[in-house]
Amino acid sequence: MHVRLADRLTDLSIASFLWAFRIGVVLVVVVGSYLTLASGKYAAETWVNLIVTGLTLGSIYALVALGYTMVYGILRMINFAHGEIFMCGAFAGYFAAVALNQIGFLNASWVTSLVSIGIMILVAAAFSTLLAVLLERIAYRPLRNAPRLIPLISAIGASFFLQYTIRGWLGPGIYAYPDVTVLSQQVPIAFIRLRWIDVLVVTSALSMMAGLYFFVMRTKIGTAIRAVSEDKATAALMGIDVNRAIVTTFAVGAAMAGAAGVLFGLMFRQINFFSGFEPGLKAFTAAVLGGIGNVPGAMLGGLFLGQIESVGPTLFLDGLNVPSPSGLAKAIAFIMLVLILVFRPSGILGERISGQRA
Amino acid sequence: MSEATAASTSGPGKATANAPDAALEQLLAPRADWRGVVRVGLLGGVVALYLCLVGIVPTFDPRALVAGIISLGDTAILGTGLAIGFLASLRSPDGPRRAIGAGALAGALAGAMLTLFVILGSIVDLRAVALHASPATYDILTFGLGVAGSWIPTVAMGLAGAVAGGIAVLPKRVREPIILGLMSLLVVGLFAGVIRTPMLASPLTSALGRFLFASEGLTVAGAIATLVAVVGGQALSRRLGVRQRVREMPETRRRRMRMPFLVLGVLFVLWLPQGVGSFFAQVVAVVTLYVLMGFGLNITLGLAGLLDLGFVAFFAVGAYTVGLLTATGEFGIAGWPFWAAIPFAVLLAMLFGAFLGLPILGIRGDYLAIATLGFGEIIRILAGSDLMKPLLGGPRGITSIPKPIEVSPDSFLAGPLQIYYIALACAVVVAFVAVRLRDSRLGRAWVAIREDEDVAEAMGINLVQTKLLAYMLGAAFAGLGGAIFATLLGAIISSSINLYVSINVAAIIIVGGMGSIPGVVLGSIFLIGVPELFREFSEYRFLFYGVALMAMMIYRPEGILPSGITKRELHASDAVQPAGPTAAPMTETGR
Repeated sequence: MHVRLADRLTDLSIASFLWAFRIGVVLVVVVGSYLTLASGKYAAETWVNLIVTGLTLGSIYALVALGYTMVYGILRMINFAHGEIFMCGAFAGYFAAVALNQIGFLNASWVTSLVSIGIMILVAAAFSTLLAVLLERIAYRPLRNAPRLIPLISAIGASFFLQYTIRGWLGPGIYAYPDVTVLSQQVPIAFIRLRWIDVLVVTSALSMMAGLYFFVMRTKIGTAIRAVSEDKATAALMGIDVNRAIVTTFAVGAAMAGAAGVLFGLMFRQINFFSGFEPGLKAFTAAVLGGIGNVPGAMLGGLFLGQIESVGPTLFLDGLNVPSPSGLAKAIAFIMLVLILVFRPSGILGERISGQRA
Repeated sequence: MSEATAASTSGPGKATANAPDAALEQLLAPRADWRGVVRVGLLGGVVALYLCLVGIVPTFDPRALVAGIISLGDTAILGTGLAIGFLASLRSPDGPRRAIGAGALAGALAGAMLTLFVILGSIVDLRAVALHASPATYDILTFGLGVAGSWIPTVAMGLAGAVAGGIAVLPKRVREPIILGLMSLLVVGLFAGVIRTPMLASPLTSALGRFLFASEGLTVAGAIATLVAVVGGQALSRRLGVRQRVREMPETRRRRMRMPFLVLGVLFVLWLPQGVGSFFAQVVAVVTLYVLMGFGLNITLGLAGLLDLGFVAFFAVGAYTVGLLTATGEFGIAGWPFWAAIPFAVLLAMLFGAFLGLPILGIRGDYLAIATLGFGEIIRILAGSDLMKPLLGGPRGITSIPKPIEVSPDSFLAGPLQIYYIALACAVVVAFVAVRLRDSRLGRAWVAIREDEDVAEAMGINLVQTKLLAYMLGAAFAGLGGAIFATLLGAIISSSINLYVSINVAAIIIVGGMGSIPGVVLGSIFLIGVPELFREFSEYRFLFYGVALMAMMIYRPEGILPSGITKRELHASDAVQPAGPTAAPMTETGR
């Protein structure tokens, strides 16, 4: 009886602790936003620009998040190296861009620029796909039935392996994407600071996501992937080639990540061997945010996280007189990660896999 | 790398009761056909090419292994050749002559890829897409002859392969001493500088030191002496049947015989930093610090099975607490002595562990790892942010943290030495605590949770409470590590707080062996000590971690020196159930 009382007390104190935590977060958000907006320090224009940045950033996160969510859906495994696949794609796109620039094709006219970007995306997607398929074969497939932490540790190893292979291969320096002049021009819309690059990133991300949705929902192999996610053994009994479904999942996710890498490079202009780590972690956050295993969820989660990261620091923290809130933007993404894992691990739209089966 | 790829192509093997050996057998599975030999050769060529392109060969090259004869870069290439030859000879159709031929063929195939690389490099400048495809690398591969010497890698690798094939078919009692001899040559050559320094210091041994060791690497005489000593020692001990006799001894006598070795070991550990000069002393202190933190994380990860990738958060709490409480400079607030500050650092880290642990310990294992990683990153960003700058000093940090014991600079406790002894003492205490905890009721509860949460809960274990205790203890030891680290450097800056602290500690445990104390020590020496000592290795430290983590998970998930329990657990299912339910389609289409 005595022991049970103590247990009850601990549970109670944990629950109240968690509630205090939630209330604290809500307080910071509400009070901070109110104070910032009430101070009137920022014009509407600033907010619109922040939202545009957030949208662009969010589309990239969403593209990367798709890979996390699909692999988790089918293997119940966090593919920690996915961020590195993204980074390698960015590098493949970089070399394609340099080559195209050398022959003078990249900036000849806006048509060749668009074609060049298409080529860069294809090269990056192909390279990332190749890497991911190799990685699955070497580092993940032998561990398919192992306890959960073991493939995760292997994936962390793979992540370091790829990062430092690139570091050794190309050096630790920063590689600057060649300038695509068309992209940095303004879109002629009234007061919004909108560049063509933003339009390109958002439209290409959205169309790729639409393509993926079609692929998963309408094609035969997409159906096979969903069946394997549901139940591997039964899917195998139904004559589905489980391995092929899994490899396809990795390949499709990696192709998206590679394309996202090129968009990232075009947008931020600078990449190095470490460029994949943070976007990867954030994209994972986006995947969990939308409900891991849930394809539309990952898109939504990415866009949402982009907004939080772009608008959040100024909105929540500036009113509280926190010095240089944009320096804390990264921390906000990670705080978001922890909060979502703690309070709603099933995400906004809900996981497609329940905790018990996972 | 070579092992991973080689085994994954050798097809699915059947797991048996003692899986480490089974995995090794699977790796070495002699399928007698020439296609296997060719495949080993080609894969080996990819590995050799990788070693060149990623820069390991050119970076390692300046360091000599045997002065004037062979550099570490050559060793990397030739070692690959030897490994290829060894693996290829196991796949060759029977017969010693064919084994040698297979080794030579595979080695030459791999070497041919390097030859092609050199020729291609002479036609096109590859430096735009690969930093190390440079004349310096080609010169290493061709002994400075350029394209004219492009045949050299093929011949050299072929020879190395043939030699390895020859070694592979020797009878076991000859083969093993030779392999051991070559390996010790590598180790002794690498640590030559470390061994030489104390030898030169004493007039008794300085002549011997100069005879055996060059300023870097072994002398030729030293190399021969090492080989003779190791091979001869092996042969002698085999002849006398030492191992056999020890095995036959009664347990009490064996224990008595162990005593002098134990005493010698303790004396060696106490003497270690005294003799080797201040740079090595610093390295030894850092290694000991990681041993201490490894013991701490061992409770969280090894016993309770919670993968904590945010260890650095508590490390930071400990370091900054000590910094704030003891610093005499700008940010110091109390000017306390180290000994008064350390209980606070540990306690605060523990409280922090409770604070961060409470919300997250309910979530499932892989999410927990990512959430803790997030914590580590949050703390890192906060420590370097403008928000905390007035308190913690931001990127410039808290400086002038005094040493725990004020002594004159020529005392034997000066500099990093006293930190070494403090860290050592703490590590011993932590190890003792960890062992006692492991054998306690709580320890068994942790293991139960690691094995199966649902069953553990059904047995009446309070999951959150028990996990929280493990997490808090890990945090406390991380705080202790951070506190000692702050005094070791005499400062704590925000860039010391990074993800790599967590990754280092986690890698030590995973590679060394979960839940095992010798494993942590071994892991720290190899994963922390070697890269700290040699600049070449520190460049490729995380590359090596990556390969090691993957290879360990695939071949030996229990670590190099596992504790008995972990080993049994991870391989218990192998004996009962040779393949999981979903392994069936894998075996069909896996190849």
